[in-house]
Amino acid sequence: MLRLRRFGCLMGISLAFALVGQAESAEVNLYTTREPGLIRPLLDAYTAKSGVTVNTVFVEKGLAERVAAEGARGNADVIMTVDIGNLIELVDRDLAQPVRSPVLEAAIPAPLRDGDGRWFALSMRARVLYADKALSDLNAATYESLAEPTWRGKICLRSGQHPYNTALIAAFLVRHGAEKTETWLRGVKANLARKAAGGDRDVARDIAADLCEIGLANSYYVGLMRSGRGGPDQQKWGEAIKVVLPTFEGGGTHVNVSGAVVAKHAPHREEAVKLLEYLVSDEAQALYAKTDFEYPVKAGVAVDPMLQALGPLTFDTTPLVEIARNRKAASLLADKVGFDN
Amino acid sequence: MTPARGLLYAASAMLAAVLLAPVLSLAVAAADGSGALWPHLAAYVLPQAIRDTFLLLAGVGILVIGLGTGTAWLVSAFAFPGRRLLDAALLLPLAVPTYVVAYAYLDLMHPLGPVQTGLRTLLGLRSPRDLSLPDLRSLPGCVLLLGFVLYPYVYLPTRALFLMRAGTLLEAARMLGAGPARTFFRVALPLARPAIALGTGLALMEALNDVGAAEFLGVRTLTVQVYATWVNRSDLPGAAQIALVMLVGVVGLVALERLARGGRGYAGSGHRDRPTARRRLSGWRATLALTLGLTPVLFGFGLPAGYLVWAAWQRLLGTGLPETLAAQALNTVFYASIATLVTVAMGLLVAASPHLLGRRSGSALIRAAGLGYAMPGTVLAVGLLAPLALLDNGLASLADAGLGWAPAVGLGTGAALVIAYTLRFLTISVGATEAGLARIPSTLPDAARVLGRGRLGTLLAVQIPLAWPAVLSGALLAFVDMAKELPVTLLLRPLNVETLSTHLYGEAARGTYEDGAASALLIVLTGLIPVALLLRLDRDAAPRQSRSDA
Repeated sequence: MLRLRRFGCLMGISLAFALVGQAESAEVNLYTTREPGLIRPLLDAYTAKSGVTVNTVFVEKGLAERVAAEGARGNADVIMTVDIGNLIELVDRDLAQPVRSPVLEAAIPAPLRDGDGRWFALSMRARVLYADKALSDLNAATYESLAEPTWRGKICLRSGQHPYNTALIAAFLVRHGAEKTETWLRGVKANLARKAAGGDRDVARDIAADLCEIGLANSYYVGLMRSGRGGPDQQKWGEAIKVVLPTFEGGGTHVNVSGAVVAKHAPHREEAVKLLEYLVSDEAQALYAKTDFEYPVKAGVAVDPMLQALGPLTFDTTPLVEIARNRKAASLLADKVGFDN
Repeated sequence: MTPARGLLYAASAMLAAVLLAPVLSLAVAAADGSGALWPHLAAYVLPQAIRDTFLLLAGVGILVIGLGTGTAWLVSAFAFPGRRLLDAALLLPLAVPTYVVAYAYLDLMHPLGPVQTGLRTLLGLRSPRDLSLPDLRSLPGCVLLLGFVLYPYVYLPTRALFLMRAGTLLEAARMLGAGPARTFFRVALPLARPAIALGTGLALMEALNDVGAAEFLGVRTLTVQVYATWVNRSDLPGAAQIALVMLVGVVGLVALERLARGGRGYAGSGHRDRPTARRRLSGWRATLALTLGLTPVLFGFGLPAGYLVWAAWQRLLGTGLPETLAAQALNTVFYASIATLVTVAMGLLVAASPHLLGRRSGSALIRAAGLGYAMPGTVLAVGLLAPLALLDNGLASLADAGLGWAPAVGLGTGAALVIAYTLRFLTISVGATEAGLARIPSTLPDAARVLGRGRLGTLLAVQIPLAWPAVLSGALLAFVDMAKELPVTLLLRPLNVETLSTHLYGEAARGTYEDGAASALLIVLTGLIPVALLLRLDRDAAPRQSRSDA
């Protein structure tokens, strides 16, 4: 017991040090829903270059709530997240501040940032089709065709309530309206080979295991799997599938973004803007492409060869803001058709 | 009122306010919503979510009671070679977070995984299509998985009860001619009911509040729906409404169970009971007993942990250990240790409150202490955001008002994490301490009172020292839970702090959970140390037991 007590004292003392010992030179605080493993290389490169310390905390569910609760005394400088819906939620909840930066405006095409500088997309990912290698004639595949009865019992997907699928359903809603989207979603649901669960990689794994023939998943997983970065098993899954860029009928491929805002109460506002400007530099955009297999937002930065091999990407032109506005309706619709049941 | 009693009342009132704060803050959030969500929920979500939740809880309940009670009986009523080992091994699944088990099992049981691949080779089949086994990603899969991981919550208190209390009664039953089966069902089981209820309650709350495993396996429980409403529709008021309705349901069920039990508990008898004399098994019976006992250990721990070791080893060969592993482990132990100390102190206060404040206020405090465990971790954390911010601002205005400095205890500090852990796991410490206090024959404190000690003095000098083993066992259980805790840690931790579980989750979230296997193993190891201590405690607590019996 004595030992336990002594241990407690030690812990108390170190806690006190942890609380007091904060006095740094240039630093910037990053709150992110992006997994640390994905952004660490970028941040390390930034620190090496600028000497600025990047303090991070990876929060998943509830990031916006935490920043909102911290309020004016909060630490957040930059808030980074994936999915346009999550990004615009930060703006809607008044957690972001407008930023005027010629660097950001020159690097990011207008549809991929807010006109008032309250949010900026930093990278893009396409919602692509994974398919059994034996299948042919998929090059003209459309999202609409996934509801066709020929696919009965052959489709694998993650939850219809996952933001990646919600955004796709929302894009469908903007394009086709509520009635047609519901019919489509019921069709896709009827075609599922298994419960809508797991992650995007499981689509490839289940196709490799002959549980299903096709499915939708994000483009960067192709790179992450095939590069062997996820281990030899995932490499096998990646190689067991072929990847096609589907489009909306008469349109392009559905694209979502990762992005960031400068927090409304950022204690280091200038550093925050500098970090964002670095993230759209040629160097950082190339890193996004190389380490995370994402599509750069900046024109002229090369896409990773593994994604290049999928063919040229034609974006769906539905405005991202419109997609974000429809995510609630999309989520309710997924409930209504019992997509995950 | 003496100053000491005044202080006691003030401390209890403050604690009660802290315990209720997250619920109040959720209620405020819920009141912000219009209620427009409910017709949609009633039409499309609730019928299925309530059914799945009910089936999940019923299934897990049956499994944990069966496995927990059965194994507890096995190790306390029989002697056979390997019993001591089994005794310890049965606690092992406690050390593994459920969502990690879910990941490991999906890898193991997937058509491309080792089990099915092996089966196909054995049967000479080539395509996974030729061998169609039920998918783990289903409600039955989730029930099995959670049942085999959560049964130690029942095993631990039930076993303690059999060891400590059952001796005389069981021998009486046997002397009166009852066979082993009759003794078990007519005497042991009713006797163990409070312990079984306690453990099952904990296990079911774990199952209900689980999001990781359920979501991953595609089971749409009410909790998963709270998250869909909140995260995907930015509808915090709606989510808070569902969460509060669920909380009312849980609290109601717990109250109902207490009512049905009619206040029966571990009532202290006048003398210390002898432990059960074990029936000696030999030959095939002994082998059968050991095999039966090891089965839940194999499924709840052996297979998933074995797989993790293998995966971690594969990774180690490829990439080496992550440099940050030591820091993560230190953070984990650091926060869990401090929070455990706080939890034990608070647990003592709460559990002793019926003795100090009177039965009525005391039991109200005990129930309030259960709130943090009765809701999903993230919901608790979100509920704590506003109170912590309030605390922050209050302290800041104090500082502005001339103090010049205020302690950093609010949002984004380690203190916030400690507060949150304490609220979440306080009930574990309270429950254990309560049971420990109740086991003390009432003659002892009565004697102290007669000899002139006050209530507080009696508690400090007599009751708490006697209940100390139970207090410690609660502390260790709370520590294990804190070390593997994820959702609260993820939302509330300070900048630059990664624990083993947040790191593992970060890897899992990007689909490379094998990279986190080393962290997962360290969580398991961190959990094993207190589990080992728990066993020693129990052994010391039953010292008069013959050590030669196995």
